[in-house]
Amino acid sequence: MQNPYLPYPIRIDDIIIESEDKNLKTFKFVFLNPDDERKFSYKSGQFAELSVTGKGEIPIGIASSPTEKGFVKFTVNKVGLVSSYLHAMKIGDIMGIRGPLGNCFPWERLEGKNVVIIGGGFAFTTLRSSIIYMLDPSNRSKFRDIHVIYGARTPGMLLYRDELIEWEKRDDINMHITVDGTDDPNWKYNIGFVPTITEKKAPPAGKDSFAIVCGPPIMIKFTQPVLDNLGYSHDKIILSLENRMKCGIGMCGRCNIGKEFVCKDGPVFTLEQLNKTPKEY
Amino acid sequence: MKYIKIDKKKWASGIDALTKSYRLYGPVKEEAFHNFKELEKGMLPDLTCLNTRLSPKSLIYPQSEALLEYSLDGSQKDHHIMKEIDKDYSPRAVIGIRPCDAKAFVLVGKNFDTPEYKDPYWLLSYEATTLVGQACESPCSTCFCTTAGCGPYHEEGLDILLVDGDDHYLAKALSEKGEKLLSAAGWDESVQAAEAESQIESKKQAAEKKIASIVHTNKLRDIDTTKLYDAPFWEDVSFSCINCGTCTYVCPTCWCFDIQDENRGKSGMRMRNWDSCMFPLFTVHGSGHNPRGTKLHRVRQRFMHKLKYYVDKYDSGIQCVGCGRCVRLCPVNIDIRRICDLMNSFNASEDACAV
Repeated sequence: MQNPYLPYPIRIDDIIIESEDKNLKTFKFVFLNPDDERKFSYKSGQFAELSVTGKGEIPIGIASSPTEKGFVKFTVNKVGLVSSYLHAMKIGDIMGIRGPLGNCFPWERLEGKNVVIIGGGFAFTTLRSSIIYMLDPSNRSKFRDIHVIYGARTPGMLLYRDELIEWEKRDDINMHITVDGTDDPNWKYNIGFVPTITEKKAPPAGKDSFAIVCGPPIMIKFTQPVLDNLGYSHDKIILSLENRMKCGIGMCGRCNIGKEFVCKDGPVFTLEQLNKTPKEY
Repeated sequence: MKYIKIDKKKWASGIDALTKSYRLYGPVKEEAFHNFKELEKGMLPDLTCLNTRLSPKSLIYPQSEALLEYSLDGSQKDHHIMKEIDKDYSPRAVIGIRPCDAKAFVLVGKNFDTPEYKDPYWLLSYEATTLVGQACESPCSTCFCTTAGCGPYHEEGLDILLVDGDDHYLAKALSEKGEKLLSAAGWDESVQAAEAESQIESKKQAAEKKIASIVHTNKLRDIDTTKLYDAPFWEDVSFSCINCGTCTYVCPTCWCFDIQDENRGKSGMRMRNWDSCMFPLFTVHGSGHNPRGTKLHRVRQRFMHKLKYYVDKYDSGIQCVGCGRCVRLCPVNIDIRRICDLMNSFNASEDACAV
């Protein structure tokens, strides 16, 4: 019997400080057993339990894309016992990973569609995975127009800045980077909150348009009426939830919203689904 | 179906014979009340017990259990790599479990044995265990099993049903595991099926009549989840709750757990411990945000889970067997029977008019 609690051993291969407050680091992991990488076959939108031996596990969205081989990447915010310990770990340290867990963004439904991606703060990790996946030469033709609205408090708080600038230069993706405010005179992108920029830049919904929204609750709250005005129906607004988790496989009982488990039935839900469940997230 | 008559004179010798091939557990009186304990050689289960204080769920699903082990010693070859632990899944038997507690394992199994994931610790324990049930003749006043999808002679989840016949027990073997145990004990006096069944049936009807306490569950499935969630009675229902968690710990169908790493020197174990939806820490985010931040949220979660979410998810009734432990042991007298009836009779539109 496959033991779903047993993590695959991994080694920290690289650590990148992502944000100016140094609270966000991206960890690149490699599997100790090459066969485990094959077993850890994932899709954009899924998450994993990072297992820091002797400390515990944390559920984190997968920031690398299935099209990137040889490693997996996670951007971790320093908040609690495990994430703080992980932030102090070094390249070469051994730990574990369980997964992939949960569902993914609805890639089959999204084929042939216009997609607008709206992200805020550090909830951009599985969105990074999605963008890399969609821009891959073997996948780009499967999707129509791609718009990305991504905002953070300041330029220094934006994740994956080098990649954002690369994507800005491309003509097969429409980037709308924004910050709440900046004193940088050379800032050449948008200034304003994500809902405001969405109102200005997001394309109105055609019958084949989907919106993927990930961000802090306050951003989601004010973005929804904007999307309503733009004509996005609730079955085409896709969100990814977070809740406290332990098992990640729908057994330990804490992450449910109504009868659905965020870990197993989610983390990705349509707004239409969420309208029918208690708001316990 | 096999029926065996066990002369009570052969009871002790049969139990003794079983110790050769099984680890045995049964109700044992400890000070003021009964609990399930391992039976050492020469000990007999106390079948006079009405209902144990704690449910027997810990026999399959220990309150604290090591899942994995590891070394933190950098000089060891496999340091920081999680390892599975050798566990004893040799045959074991529970003698004198009540039908409600056995049915509870069937309900809990839906959580641990799913198409996508199987919990090996729970499943291997459950598979290794033979459940020998004792039919109830004299229920407690808080028992409401007959309307909770169970009953004093309920067979689902049992391997053997024992019916007390004064100088003997009539044993009904309900599974291969059950038949195996009967022959290992040397109990082999078979009884005609028709005769045994009519005996059991009349006693069963008499026992069921003694259950005076009932719940209504027929409308739970059709009620809208979010309306029930927003029902005004949760305020009143949760008012007296002190979030002590007793209900979840004594409940045979509560399964929620926590996972913690416990270190000792340079090695440690990843442990699984029972947890409770009554505790604020159960759901608090790393950020401090808590989606179930008030006791109203937590009390509602417990009853909505048992009586609505479970009903909707599995379509096989409520996640309760009517054992009555939470009713008897709640320090502030919260009664699941009353709440079940409030939920079942809830009519959102009527209520809106009343306000």
